[in-house]
Amino acid sequence: MNWQAILPLVLFLIIVFSVGMWAGKYVKRTDSFLQEYFLGGRSLGGFVLAMTMVTTYGSASSFLSGPGAAYNQGLGWVLLSTTQIATGYFVLMILGKKFAIVTRKYKSVTIVDFLKSRYGSKWVVLLSSLSILIFLFSAMSAQWIGGGRLIQSLTGLSYIASLFIFSISVLVYVIIGGFRAIAITDAIQGIVMFAGTLILLIAVIIAGGGVPAIISDLAAENPNLITPFGANADLTPAYVSSFWVLVGVGVVALPQIAVRAMSYKNSRSMHRGIIISTIVVGFIMLNMHLIGVFARPVIPGVEVGDTVMPLLAQTVLPHWLSGIVLAAPMAAIMTTVNSLLLLVSSTIVKDVYLNYIEPTAKEKKVKHLSMWVTAVLGITVIVMSLNPPDLIIWLNLFSMGGLEAAFIWPIVMGLYWKKGNKYGAIASMIFGVGSYILFESFYPQPFGMHSVVTSIVIAFIAYVTASLLMQKKQLVIEE
Amino acid sequence: MKKTNMNQDDYRYKIANKEALIGIGIVIINFIWWYGFAYGLGSKDPAEYTYVLGLPAWFFYSCVLGFVVMVLLIWFVVNVFFTDIPLDELEDKEI
Repeated sequence: MNWQAILPLVLFLIIVFSVGMWAGKYVKRTDSFLQEYFLGGRSLGGFVLAMTMVTTYGSASSFLSGPGAAYNQGLGWVLLSTTQIATGYFVLMILGKKFAIVTRKYKSVTIVDFLKSRYGSKWVVLLSSLSILIFLFSAMSAQWIGGGRLIQSLTGLSYIASLFIFSISVLVYVIIGGFRAIAITDAIQGIVMFAGTLILLIAVIIAGGGVPAIISDLAAENPNLITPFGANADLTPAYVSSFWVLVGVGVVALPQIAVRAMSYKNSRSMHRGIIISTIVVGFIMLNMHLIGVFARPVIPGVEVGDTVMPLLAQTVLPHWLSGIVLAAPMAAIMTTVNSLLLLVSSTIVKDVYLNYIEPTAKEKKVKHLSMWVTAVLGITVIVMSLNPPDLIIWLNLFSMGGLEAAFIWPIVMGLYWKKGNKYGAIASMIFGVGSYILFESFYPQPFGMHSVVTSIVIAFIAYVTASLLMQKKQLVIEE
Repeated sequence: MKKTNMNQDDYRYKIANKEALIGIGIVIINFIWWYGFAYGLGSKDPAEYTYVLGLPAWFFYSCVLGFVVMVLLIWFVVNVFFTDIPLDELEDKEI
């Protein structure tokens, strides 16, 4: 075992842990448990807001598989990943103040809550809860496995022991501290991610003999590596551009991200949040993937993409520093799973239990229930991560596009189009998710683009058509 | 009922709608910049590439400079066009 590298990591986990415990105090003090536990009492300032958006979005793929793909594909993959800069400003600008005002009026705490008040339909609530439970639970399991594997490769402990360490460090502060603990630890971990990226970028440029030398090494190996078209010249402009939808503007519909757009304190925190999150997400995405490309001449011949970044850190940095840098992907995974865990638990407690099973539950009961559900979910994920079922892995592939296809129009049109109604929302969810799974399974990349694009278009048509067709019926019901 | 609240005219909605449209405008500018430089300068033979700070020109302008320009644009837009409005319920007292 490499203690010099492990020590900074342990230190990092201890800091995160203590902050979570500290934030737990707010949960004890609060007079509105649901608002506090699931939304941090709508009190986030600009910096914490920006960091929790960026880190919730940035996951294992930003630090491990993304740079690995860039290593294999060259600058074309960096071009593709810079589409994510849009996530930094687009979500907060589009949902914007309207979302903040409306969710305050409705007193919504979750996305499903918002949809329920907007559309007033049981089916919208059930369909959206179901999408969240299925897609996010599987996404969470996949990240959880990634977290366990990462600790395993860093410490040399067994997978089970690593999984256990990882789970304990996440579960405790999520269960006790809720949203506020998550947001504050996200801010700390965001700083770690930012610093780790910067250190590694500088180190890899030095190790490669400067940028011009690295680029000419790449061009000498395969000129395609420095074009926008990928190593085998098969990344077409249409395909790469379609990532503007999947990982750019479509992110507005991811419930774990959208819920953050109702958590800030005031207009000023939103303004600051937009600027800071654009800087942070752009910096991390651009440079992490660039590091992946630059790593190619420095450590040639890496077979498994996910290991490029850890191997590089251990090659070009002194041991103690590589420990700090490798805390970055750890942070990326932790900050994603903590938000997913809380979101899935809020869906069960707030959206299903309080709506349909026991609407009159007392505050104290809701409190215990929330913590228990979160704990049970966490343990279920651990058990599943020990021996992940194929279904989970399969569902995870659809997670991001599926959620976007399901939620983008019910949320966005629900905010800005008065005529949108529950029939539109239901049609949009069914056609969006259905067509996405069909395309992905039988006809990937229609029109040379990622299939999420076609599904979002279909979902849009379904929303508008059904809303207009059923408009009269809706009016009759309301009167 | 709460349900009708959303359709009530609220002076703040006008501001919010304007800001959302600005967001769409920015993402379109971002896309054109990104696409134009990447495929405009990057589609030729790599042997003919020019370089800025050691990076191929298409990549430098599209991704590196593009990022800096977007941050400056957003900073400008947020400071100049975005309005500081209260978010809480205006007249509601029934908490």
